[in-house]
Amino acid sequence: MKNSSHIKSKPVIATTSLAGCFGCHMSLLDIDERILQLAELVEFDKSPINDIKKISRPVDFGLIEGGCCNSENVEVLRHFRDNCKYLVSVGECAMMGGLPAMRNQLSIRECLEEAYLNSPSVQGCNEEGIIPSDDELPILLNKVYPCHEIVKIDYFIPGCPPRADLLWDVLTSLILGTSPKDQYSVFKYD
Amino acid sequence: MINSLNSIINKYDADPTRLMDILIDVQHKYDCISDEAVTFLADKLNLSEVDIEQTLSFYHFLSKETRGKYTVYLNNSAVAGMFGREAVAKAFEETSGCRFGEVSSDGLIGLFDTSCIGMNDQEPAAIINGTVFTRLTPFRVREIVNGLRKGLDPVDLQDVGLGDGNNNLDIIGAVVNNNIMKIGPVLSRDYKPGEAIRKIIQMSPEEVIREVKHSNIRGRGGAGFPTALKWEFCRNAPGSKRYIFCNADEGEPGTFKDRVILTELPLLLFEGMVVSGYAVGAEEGILYLRYEYKYLQKFLESILKMARRMRYLGKNILGKEGFHFDIRIQFGAGAYVCGEESALIESAEGKRGEPRDRPPFPVEKGYLNQPTVVNNVETLCAAVKVVLKGGEWYRKLGTHDSTGTKLLSVSGDCRFPGVYEVEWGFNVSQILEMVGAEEVQAVQVGGPSGTCVGPEDFNRTLCYTDLATGGSLIIIGKNRDLLRDIVLNFTDFFIEESCGSCTPCRVLTVMMRDKLQKILDGKGCSKDLEDLEDWGKLMRANRCGLGHTAPNPILTSLKNFRHLYEGLIPGKRGFDTGFRMEEALAEGRSLRLEQLKLQDHE
Repeated sequence: MKNSSHIKSKPVIATTSLAGCFGCHMSLLDIDERILQLAELVEFDKSPINDIKKISRPVDFGLIEGGCCNSENVEVLRHFRDNCKYLVSVGECAMMGGLPAMRNQLSIRECLEEAYLNSPSVQGCNEEGIIPSDDELPILLNKVYPCHEIVKIDYFIPGCPPRADLLWDVLTSLILGTSPKDQYSVFKYD
Repeated sequence: MINSLNSIINKYDADPTRLMDILIDVQHKYDCISDEAVTFLADKLNLSEVDIEQTLSFYHFLSKETRGKYTVYLNNSAVAGMFGREAVAKAFEETSGCRFGEVSSDGLIGLFDTSCIGMNDQEPAAIINGTVFTRLTPFRVREIVNGLRKGLDPVDLQDVGLGDGNNNLDIIGAVVNNNIMKIGPVLSRDYKPGEAIRKIIQMSPEEVIREVKHSNIRGRGGAGFPTALKWEFCRNAPGSKRYIFCNADEGEPGTFKDRVILTELPLLLFEGMVVSGYAVGAEEGILYLRYEYKYLQKFLESILKMARRMRYLGKNILGKEGFHFDIRIQFGAGAYVCGEESALIESAEGKRGEPRDRPPFPVEKGYLNQPTVVNNVETLCAAVKVVLKGGEWYRKLGTHDSTGTKLLSVSGDCRFPGVYEVEWGFNVSQILEMVGAEEVQAVQVGGPSGTCVGPEDFNRTLCYTDLATGGSLIIIGKNRDLLRDIVLNFTDFFIEESCGSCTPCRVLTVMMRDKLQKILDGKGCSKDLEDLEDWGKLMRANRCGLGHTAPNPILTSLKNFRHLYEGLIPGKRGFDTGFRMEEALAEGRSLRLEQLKLQDHE
């Protein structure tokens, strides 16, 4: 009994990668052996790390990697917003759209035609000229949105990816309710 | 082309600091400044191509692509919008067969937007190949475009009759009206050319400065720095040469008083520059004139010639041994920020009009790194009157802190727009009564960079310590949509005119505009109003006055007309990003349907 009440009081974390490259999650794994400490401090709910698909209980901190490029991204993000006390945009793509947002200069048609019909890398591989359009595929948004343009975001951790030390600093601060150290060596981007 | 480029370069002694003049001449000759011309100029002026390109790309009226045989620059100021700009723009598009920002397929007509051209009292107005057209209507537009198609020169299409006063002279020949509605000491008709020069040459420069100091006159451009102090700093700063600049950039939307002075009293202004030159110990004066007023060029040059003949300019002025002073005109090429004195100096040196870091101030290191005074047109004119009638006389006018008179440029919803010279200390209500304005919703005091005030502030007075103004007063009637027609327009203006050097000015202005648009679209929430206020504070981090004041249209209207914003926020939602899934998916959905149909077909 004592053990379970202890577990219940641990903060719950959930993470997801939307229109991102999983680099931010890799950076999270880069905290190395501190991940054992993290496992002591928190419970993980939905996350690619444990492969839980849906949030199953109230979450304290939701970490979002990547911006929103399609309808599914928006649904996942809203699912997080509905279930997380605090949402954190992690990394360039979540904060600003990042590389995927390069397509924002173009129409969706131009993007798809470039990707499936015209680019040098598909020459000879798609002779029927098919652009995937199965109902199972999420529909693309008119542009790639940073997360805070879809839902309210409480905190932002910049970087591409944010350094492991920065993620650790911010995570432990959130969990312990302290201020991040904001060390220049960890936070500088110039 | 080489020959004519060479002759342009030689005209300016292949001096790279005269790049602005050279580029303006090239643009004038070829309707554009081609890559070829850039390469040639770089070689001859001993500059790199990017040096040329960065200047060229900075100014509205310079371009790498041709802008058509006839280039229409239609003013897009808020007041133009209030007086039917939309219909005029539509008529231009329909008759010339191209959209704004484009050139017609036959290369005849190019249509372009431009920021306020100093005709706010006679909008909508446009400049076509240097000729100003005011009070345009769709009917007039059709006449003009048809005339151009027939091969008529824009000058010959001014068939509504020329304007009043000197506008009627052959040498100007403009349809512009002065609209002088009230004269005071500066605009008064008792001006006798040369009188002030005759007086100062009997005085020492220090005595001139002392007299001006006693008058307590402050800079009329808006910032209000004591004029005599500027002169004194410049006089005492170490340097091998000193320069007097007259700032006739007058880019603040709604300001046009300098246009009237330049048209009616140019000699008074030049005399002011001579007085300032004598006081400071400068031998060279430069009138930095906005490109929009190029129609005054021949006239002003003829006045300078006359002044030289009268020995008001040149060597040993009026026989005073060793008193040399002459003036040249430096044109800008369309950039509001060049009204900021250090940006103006950069521009006059042939560079991008980006404000400098200060200190050092221009009075220490200005034009070509020498001590430089930059004074507003009106300041220099007033200084002549101070010299003639004495500082004591001048300080009796106006209020204790703000002595003398101010030329107001009044436009918008009133019966008598125009220029009014009034003593400082009038309150807004009195002015509204003076200009015939009723049913007033708001008054924009000091142009977009100033303050938007409502009726509860109409008892406030115009002076440096209360409602400071460079002279622009835009009256907004009750029937106007203040946020859409005015605040949004002003914010767009600042986005367009930011030099891009400081990040908050370059980025935050756009974010604030988007936020305002979001509120106007009915997607706003109370957090948006807080954001606007918070972000506005960050704009203090910008380097120059333009950057500091760029959030003012939003901030002052939010302060004085908060109910308008709140009325647009549906319910009391605390948070809404404005994202609407259906809108964001529309394009993807229709594409998906198209592809599915294609597949079915196969």
